[in-house]
Formats: sequence, C-alpha cells, structure tokens
Amino acid sequence: MERRKKKYNWEPYVFIAPNFIGFIVFILLPVLFSLGISFTDFDIFKGFSHTSFVGLENFKTMFADEWFWVALKNNILYTAVTIPVTLVISIVLAVVLNNKTYCTNAIRVMIFIPYIASIVAISVVWMMLFNPSQGLINQFLIALGVSNPPGWLGDMQWALPAIMMVGIWMGLGYNTVIYMAGLQGISESLYEAAQIDGASKWQEFIYVTVPMLRNTTFFLVVTSVIASFQVFGTVNIMTNGGPGNATTVLAHYIYVSGFRYYKMGYAASMAWVLLIAIFGVTLLQWKYQKKHESNF
Amino acid sequence: MQSKRKLIKLILTLILMVVALVIVFPFIWMLVCSFKPLNEIYEFPPRFFSPNMSFDNYKEVLFNQNPSFMTYFKNTVITTAVAVIGTVFTSSMAGYAFAKLNFKYRDQLFMLYLVTMMVPFQVLMVPQFIQFKYMGIFNTLWALILPRLFTPLGTFLMRQFFLEVPTEIIEAGRVDGLGEFGIFYKLVLPLAKPAVSTVVILNFVWRWNEYEAPLIFLTDSKLFTLTVGLTSFIDEAGFAQDNLIMAAATVALIPMILVFLIGQKYFIEGLTSGSVKG
Repeated sequence: MERRKKKYNWEPYVFIAPNFIGFIVFILLPVLFSLGISFTDFDIFKGFSHTSFVGLENFKTMFADEWFWVALKNNILYTAVTIPVTLVISIVLAVVLNNKTYCTNAIRVMIFIPYIASIVAISVVWMMLFNPSQGLINQFLIALGVSNPPGWLGDMQWALPAIMMVGIWMGLGYNTVIYMAGLQGISESLYEAAQIDGASKWQEFIYVTVPMLRNTTFFLVVTSVIASFQVFGTVNIMTNGGPGNATTVLAHYIYVSGFRYYKMGYAASMAWVLLIAIFGVTLLQWKYQKKHESNF
Repeated sequence: MQSKRKLIKLILTLILMVVALVIVFPFIWMLVCSFKPLNEIYEFPPRFFSPNMSFDNYKEVLFNQNPSFMTYFKNTVITTAVAVIGTVFTSSMAGYAFAKLNFKYRDQLFMLYLVTMMVPFQVLMVPQFIQFKYMGIFNTLWALILPRLFTPLGTFLMRQFFLEVPTEIIEAGRVDGLGEFGIFYKLVLPLAKPAVSTVVILNFVWRWNEYEAPLIFLTDSKLFTLTVGLTSFIDEAGFAQDNLIMAAATVALIPMILVFLIGQKYFIEGLTSGSVKG
C-alpha cells in the first residue's frame, strides 16, 4: 500500500474526469431521476407541468395489477427452469470436453456461437423453426409419428417453454466454457484418492467434480438469475408477450407499460422493484463470497 | 487398454460433435434458407442444396430496400466503433486512477461505481428517454453512443488489471521525470493490452448486438442499426418473405461470427473473464 503523505495532486482528477462526468450524467442522475419518476404519474405527452406526485400509488397499483403478477410468475418459472437445465447440461459437456475428446477447441467454439449472436437474428431463425404448420421442428415431429405437435409460439401452453428452450440453447456455450475453466482448478490428487477408494466414474463426478465446482456454480447461478430477470429480446420479437399473457415477463411488461402505453411513472416503479431484486441477489453473492474466502 | 481408451475418446468426440452440430444447426439452416427461393424453404424432408439457390435474396435485401441493410450496417459500425474506442479511453484512464493514484474519496467513489454496475437497463430507459429528448439527442446515433462511453464494468476490469502492475514501474517513471500522463501512456498502458482487449471485445459484442436501446431511442428508420433494422424489415415484409428475412438475418449476423471465428481464443477468454475473480 503506497499510502505516503496525504497530499493530493490535480492529475488524478484529470484521469477520472471524462469517465466520471459521463457516469454522473448518464448513470447516476438517471438512476435518481428514475426513483423520483416512480412516485409520479409522469408520461411524455403530459410533460412535467402536468405531472403530479402520487406517492406510493404506482406501487399499490402494481400489487393489484394482474399482469404484473403474471409477468413475475412467468419470469420466476423461466428462471427456475432455464438455469438448472442449462447448468446440468453444461457441467456434463464441460467434463466430457475436459481431456476426454479430440477437437475440443472446435467443439467449444461451435457451442459458443449462440452466445455472441444477435438476439434478433436468433429470434428470427427460431420463429421459422417453430412455425407450427411448416416449421422444421413440427415437420420432424410429424415424421416421427407425433400426430398433434405443439403450436409452439402461438400456443398458450407451449410459448413459454419454447422461449425457455431458446434461452437454454443461448447459454450453454458460455456456461460450459466457465465450467471448463473451473475444472482446471480441481487438483488431480483428489481423483487419484477417489480411484484408490475404488470410486466409479459416476461417483467421481458426483462426489468430487460437482462439489469442487460449487463456487463456479454459485457464480453462474447468481449471474444467470440476474440476466434471466432482464430477459427481453426473445420475448419481444418472438411472442410480444403473448399469446394473451403467456410469455409476459418483467422486462417486457416494463417496456410495454413505459413505451407503448406511455405510463412512464408506472414503468419506473416496476423497474425499481426489479433493481431491488437484483440488488438482493448480488448482496447474497457478496456475503457468500466473503464467508467462503474466510474459510481458506 | 490404451486402444480401448482411444476408442472411448473417439466415440465421445463423435457424440459431442453431433451435439455441437445440433447447437449450430439454426445458423446453418438460416444460411441455407437465405439462398433459397421462398417455395423451397419449408420443404420436407429439408434439402441443404438445391439447384435454385442464388444470391437473389441478398441483392433484394442489400440493394432494393429503402433504407437498405447497407445503411443499417453503416450505422451499426459507427455506433460500435465510437462507443468501443471511447469506453477504452475513459475506462483505462479512470481504472488507472482508481488503482494507482491517490485522490479524495477514491474508495468511496469506486464503491459507487460497483453498486451501479448492477443497475439494469430497465431502470435507466425511462429517465434516459426524457433526458435525451431534452438534450436534443433523441433519435440520433448519439443517444446510443454517449451513454455507452462510460461503462462501470470497463472501469472495474481496467482497475483490477492495473492493481497488478508493480508500483515500482510508476515510481521509476516519476524519478525519470516523465509526468503522470507520460507514465500512464508510455509505461503502464502498453502493459495493459490483455485488459484492453477484454474491454474491447465485451463492448464490441454488446454494442453490435444491442437491441433495446435503439428500439427505444431511435424512430427514424435511416438511423436504425442492424438489430432494429431487421425487426422493422420483418414487420414490413411479413412472413410471406421468410427467405428474404433469412438473408437479412445472415447479413446482420455474419460480421460478428467472422470476427468471432478469427479471434475466437481472445473472444472466449474476454467474454468469460468476468468470472475468474478471487
């Protein structure tokens, strides 16, 4: 620590200034501004002169708003299904790719592609594949003998699972690569010890690999939960929240409220609820990391 | 024993190759359909090659639309390039100051940056929308560029890197009378290439694929980036023109995929480096 004398020069401020000015103007002020708006009935057509302070009215409306609850329910369902499925598939892929295959890098690059692809392009292809009458998926299912294949994106029951499938598909490569990095940190001696104890490959996986990857898993769970509460692109393009409210999720409902119905005060208050939820999840991560670091 | 192990390795490789092909299949199919006439893209069983494949869809999408995908492409390149260069500039300077220079409230300020890293775009979009209207940059490319010149995550990544740089190097520069800016530019920044490349890659991917911000801040279709250009094209074309839509989607996707394949090692490292802390 270079804590010499407490004398401050002017240069550090020049270093920090470009970033800090932008930070204040484009992040800090909007965040505070957003909190302010969330207690008003602001919309862009009324302007500020006709806007009134409504106190907690937006939050009361929210708790009575059936669509908000449906969006929350769908979002929780999306999170609860996509994350475990993605993690289980990725951990298996990572273990197999780790020293047990040829062409590891080529495979890794291929499965990573959905992660860097534009959400719009992705949604467009999947819409074509999901087309109920002519799409490849249903034609394939019919050829396999399924007489009444799902209507996918246009079907109340299947629209959300379809969105989930795309979400899982997008995240697999990223999660696998992170798990592969995590595997590098597991000492070979643990496996040798397990082999001496006569453990099978499956037992090694369950009793050595999975527990040793718990920090990686925790990191992935936290970041994926945060990301899944902001899922927007696939929903907005593929289903627009429909049919009915079958695929309405938080970020989409916030967008629709603010920019289609112009209820900006209401949108801001819902966004703040989202922020508080994300903040909570992050705090949980910090606490866990602190606790875990002190164990070493 | 040795040959049995090799056989297992070969079988696993084949299985994973099939998995990987299934995963990239939507992109392959997109590419195939982008060359086909409309009446052939919903054929079953599907054909990967047909004698009727041509560049007609691309010609239509690139040259016969108004605005054309060339315009969207240009807007995307401008926005991405300016935002990426700008953010490297501001975050490397600020990251260095947070890591190695002393100033008042440094650590409190950095804490504030950390906290705002988790603010989702949904919180910022309403106030930014109003702000941009008042600033007169709503419906200009500046609305996409300006707020992206300052990424707290970029600052965070640069700071983490600069913390590892030995302070002796900086002290030596001071002894040589280089001055704070000379030290940063001549001694420290050249060491930071890995961190800079991470920041460049992360921001390149995010800006190129950005969808929600242009959806909200742009209304003039001449200013659209590839993502919103593509969605507005779909809205107009409708699903009677899926072959054109596939060509348009390929145009939007190909540059990113090519850049990714060329620099895949750096891309995968950069995009996943957020996870390797502590």
